[in-house]
Amino acid sequence: MTEPVGRVVIVGAGQAGADAAAALRMAGHEGEIVLVGEEPSPPYARPPLSKAFLAGEVGEESLLIRSPSVYASNRITVRAGTAVARIDREAHEIVLASGERLGYDRLVLATGGEPRRLDTPETARASNVLTLRTLADATALREYMRPGARAVIIGAGYVGLEIAAAARARGLEVTVVEVAPRVLARVTSPVVSAFFERIHREEGVEIITGATVDGYEVADCGDVTGVRLADGRVLPGDFVLFGVGMVPRTELAEQAGLHVDNGIVVDDRMRTTDPDVFAIGDVSSHPDPRNGGLRRLESVPNASEQARIVASVITGSPRPYDATPWFWSDQYDLKLQTAGLAAAYDDLVVRDDPADGRRLTVLYLRGHVVIAADTVNRPADFAAARKLIAAGKPVDLDVLRDSGVPLRSLVATVAKGNR
Amino acid sequence: MTSVAVNEKEHSVPVVVYVLPDGERRKVEAVDGRSVMQTAIDALVPGIVGECGGEMSCATCHVFVDEDWAGRFAPVSEDEAAMLEATAAEPTEFSRLSCQLPCTLETDGVVIHIPDEQ
Repeated sequence: MTEPVGRVVIVGAGQAGADAAAALRMAGHEGEIVLVGEEPSPPYARPPLSKAFLAGEVGEESLLIRSPSVYASNRITVRAGTAVARIDREAHEIVLASGERLGYDRLVLATGGEPRRLDTPETARASNVLTLRTLADATALREYMRPGARAVIIGAGYVGLEIAAAARARGLEVTVVEVAPRVLARVTSPVVSAFFERIHREEGVEIITGATVDGYEVADCGDVTGVRLADGRVLPGDFVLFGVGMVPRTELAEQAGLHVDNGIVVDDRMRTTDPDVFAIGDVSSHPDPRNGGLRRLESVPNASEQARIVASVITGSPRPYDATPWFWSDQYDLKLQTAGLAAAYDDLVVRDDPADGRRLTVLYLRGHVVIAADTVNRPADFAAARKLIAAGKPVDLDVLRDSGVPLRSLVATVAKGNR
Repeated sequence: MTSVAVNEKEHSVPVVVYVLPDGERRKVEAVDGRSVMQTAIDALVPGIVGECGGEMSCATCHVFVDEDWAGRFAPVSEDEAAMLEATAAEPTEFSRLSCQLPCTLETDGVVIHIPDEQ
């Protein structure tokens, strides 16, 4: 019998931190919970920032993950606008930027990341070179969302393309510059990349792949007026947005001597190299249950799942992490849903014509086993693919290739005893 | 609820009754207009996840509206119908995405069954 845990301090009040606080209460943790966040607002959802919020369809209120009163009524202390300077592991305390010390019995690091910038001296000085991660970022970006304004987006990942779609919806002229030979190169296959490139071009976005930024044109006021490519082209813009990924915020962990390797390294129960310190969400470098090795995932479902895991571990009924990762992205009327990780596949099956229409299902296989899937506006296929991936059993490739046969019908053949 | 409403004026908060997979019932007072999903998340009712924050992208706020209450909400939209095909638990004719169900005095007392997986 272990004695109940006293105070849990959570550093980082994003999705992972907020969900961890709630999950701890739901799992029966009786002790104190303190949620420390750097940003001024109570925990809010980030996904709409690059979608509905940016497009002006929803306001700030609707972003909150929970009503602010919920924390107090569940004895969760939220300390917003509070930066943490360091962790004193020996004393079991965190030291706030103000110098105040806050003791913990268990510490959960949910520090997320910050957007990567490819700054030059010009862009570092300019007020119109932006990134998007926080509500403050999105609020600043929204100021530029005026019909006829010209946006140059550097990076064609999820965030860059979602912003491109939202900007088009607001009537902006949009150019996306990508160094890789295709969009979404880091997260999907060439087939899906080509599909999204076609859609964005049809929607009026100029997409330039395989392009290197050589420099920036600058006005007297210091703001950037254009992006110069290596081939000499200049892309005029009223603002520039870097959508080139994020850097995990590991500095507190590093300074505290915890193991860091592309994120804070944890085991399958979210424990760092200190048994009283955990890391969850975008910042955790966690074991890949299927392929071995460490991986880091930047997604809400992963943040929420790891929050539930850490709560189960701290409350003494540990559940190991074994979720199939999934992601979504909304662009125009397209809902991209991805299940699994399309890495190291040896075959793929395309069930629609990627050169036409607004629907697509692509399945990735290793041997005859479905390991990942991308679906666009095909939620039923997404649901079926998740089950096929979780089952991890060989499927009949002829049936898989036959678009006339619903994917769902394959689930029964592999899912015996799986549900 | 601390007291039984004696007249309409006092009884001005819509109540939602969540039935967990193990049969436990949780009675929650909602803010008028807030969704059944958000109300569950606020009240720390387990089993309604709502990972996408109500954007109809994740289907993790799937619920079964009790048969007696099914008609009280606006019908399923095309987008919602599509996402209901992506639920983890097998959908039924009473399946809804709870982010699409506003709590109002119209729905006061509504019984919502939570599936065993999202």
